[in-house]
Amino acid sequence: MASFWSYWIIILTTVTIVGITWILFANRKRDSRADVKTTGHEYDGIEELDNPLPAWWFYMFVITIVWGIGYLIVYPGMGNFAGVIGWTQIGQYDREVASAETKYRDMRDRYLALPVEEIAADPAVRKMGMRMFANNCAQCHGADAKGRYGFPNLTDDDWIYGGDPAAIKTTIENGRQAAMPAWGSIIGDKGVTDVTQYVLSLNGRDTNPAEATAGETVYQTYCVACHGADGHGNVAMGAPNLTNGVWLYGGSQEQIAQTVRAGRNGVMPAFKDTLSEDKIHILTAYVYSLDKQQ
Amino acid sequence: MSELNSALEHPVYNYKVVRQFTVMTVVWGIVGMLVGVLIAAQLAWPALNFDLPWLSFGRLRPLHTNAVIFAFGGSALFATSFYVVQRTCQVRLISDKLASITFWGWQLVIVSAAITLPLGITSSKEYAELQWPIDILITVIWVIYAIVFFGTIAKRKTDHIYVANWFYGAFIIAVAILHIINSLAMPIAFNSFQAYSIYAGTVDAMVQWWYGHNAVGFFLTAGFLGMMYYFVPKQAERPVYSYRLSIVHFWALVAVYIWAGPHHLHYTALPDWAQSLGMVMSLILLAPSWGGMINGMMTLSGAWHKLRSDPILRFLVVSLSFYGMSTFEGPMMSIKTVNSLSHYTDWTIGHVHSGALGWVAMISIGAMYHLIPILFGRERMYSISLINAHFWMSTIGTVLYITSMWVNGILQGLMWRAYNQDGTLTYSFVESVSASYPGYVVRVIGGAIFFSGMLLMAYNLYMTSRKDVEPLAAPTLASAV
Repeated sequence: MASFWSYWIIILTTVTIVGITWILFANRKRDSRADVKTTGHEYDGIEELDNPLPAWWFYMFVITIVWGIGYLIVYPGMGNFAGVIGWTQIGQYDREVASAETKYRDMRDRYLALPVEEIAADPAVRKMGMRMFANNCAQCHGADAKGRYGFPNLTDDDWIYGGDPAAIKTTIENGRQAAMPAWGSIIGDKGVTDVTQYVLSLNGRDTNPAEATAGETVYQTYCVACHGADGHGNVAMGAPNLTNGVWLYGGSQEQIAQTVRAGRNGVMPAFKDTLSEDKIHILTAYVYSLDKQQ
Repeated sequence: MSELNSALEHPVYNYKVVRQFTVMTVVWGIVGMLVGVLIAAQLAWPALNFDLPWLSFGRLRPLHTNAVIFAFGGSALFATSFYVVQRTCQVRLISDKLASITFWGWQLVIVSAAITLPLGITSSKEYAELQWPIDILITVIWVIYAIVFFGTIAKRKTDHIYVANWFYGAFIIAVAILHIINSLAMPIAFNSFQAYSIYAGTVDAMVQWWYGHNAVGFFLTAGFLGMMYYFVPKQAERPVYSYRLSIVHFWALVAVYIWAGPHHLHYTALPDWAQSLGMVMSLILLAPSWGGMINGMMTLSGAWHKLRSDPILRFLVVSLSFYGMSTFEGPMMSIKTVNSLSHYTDWTIGHVHSGALGWVAMISIGAMYHLIPILFGRERMYSISLINAHFWMSTIGTVLYITSMWVNGILQGLMWRAYNQDGTLTYSFVESVSASYPGYVVRVIGGAIFFSGMLLMAYNLYMTSRKDVEPLAAPTLASAV
């Protein structure tokens, strides 16, 4: 802060505190209430007595002023003056974080040194991971990790980006940006209808055979690159398996058609700037354990 | 209306504008509190937003705050300030026309708010959500209000200016400054409600809370202290306890309140020095705030027995108790250590309502019950028993509201900071929400009781205004308790 503004703050603060102290003492009257007179004013029948300031109130006021001055000597407040103990809120934060780190870091580092598969079997780790999940992941994936429309279920064995520890950890650390293109303008309404029928047929559902056959041609032209010739998807690209009845955006004919027509752009945020590596390791173990618990 | 009520007009004073604002105080009180009860119910049972955007909590909450603060509280302040300034200066308002413009202009502001806020048209600044065209209208009406008020004081026939008018005057001046500075914004186009604040980042937050806290300090405290300084001695028929206490606490209150805003931004990006000053001044504010309570309470010396038979006086005195309680709670909550627990919890909501229901609403209701018979040329209100019932409903409703929010606030604060031996948080946020459910239900009940009392008031007002209905016999002392 420029020194002008520092002095500005100091002067305004001082004037205010001196001013209220002056008006408090200037209006002090010590005599008892034995001969309380009115001030002689009268407004619409209302008179005013000239009682002294209640002593307890007077002293309470003085104490708060004295305390306030003391606080402004000890703590920052008077412009650039940092206060005699040098307290800052960022300093307090850093101290508290450092103390938590010394307390918990060793324990978490021990887990970090072990493979995810091993610590995922440890109930203490899963409990820790569950608390982290509840505060960082449950907002989208749900407290039970079963997901909801647009947010994947983490308890089944369908993994869009892979369910091995390394893939899960990469997902948590860096996030994911899904990009299902919008095909409506390219393949047209008929193309959308046909390819939807074909996708339904991959799941053994009732279809219009003529449309499904036409759709296969469309599929093998446009969809095959990501979802694969057999529709099993590709975890490297985050292209979902279209044959197992798991639908992130709904499995009705209309919903599948909408996905094909308009595309989808799911986003998993990156947590590497929010959570430290050891915490992500434990969280990975928890998520990894989810589809193994029956 | 003027012809209809010509028999009611006072030979000297302008009672018409007072009567208009008095009636609208009751009307807007009912509207604002009904919206409050609805959004309280939405927090307990979210399905009550009916999946309609204009009934969603985010849009109705500012409607509730604007309606109760500026429509209900504002109308009460306009009514009483116009009444008090005339009675204590012994002179009619300088202009009936300008007074009428403040009434219709203020109603236009309120109706504009009631339309734009549910449509989602908002500046997103708390208690200053209205967008720039409405802000300009408010400014114009407010300047006219100031001209009428201060013009009347200038023409007064008394030597001195009565203390109630100091507080009303401070309220009018400070609110003008606060409103204009906080609302400065650049419209994106002349045919758009949308505008961008001229402040950014932390400065924006600080200006907003300088405004926000002084909306409490000057609108909801200084203004209503003006009301207190007339209606308490008048209803108790006792002299004001201490003139010198008035002087000290008035100047200390207006000098210190203006500093207290930063306590809304503890442990944020606001620089440490500003947080410290906000906290120090908030604590020093305790004594100046209590000065008003002492002066009101002690005015009843020698008249305490009147509380047994006069429910209007009871409204006024209990409002002072809630005032004393919330002005003690406020400085305590501004201490950083306490604030780190209470901030962002329902404790804040409880604190606001111990002031808003207990102090602002109850003193306004008491003052309105004093005014209504005078303004309608009756000896007393139609039913004293209904005032008594209203008093108990208001008191019980307020107590239920604030205790449930204390419990919820402390519960939330403790749950959010609880952690396990392994360093992870014990609770997720949603667990604190579901733990708050019982408190939310109690709040709905308390709010609904308070709201129902306002319906009794409306009925009592209507019956008092009817020329063909005589007031009911005043209850005997025994039955009034």
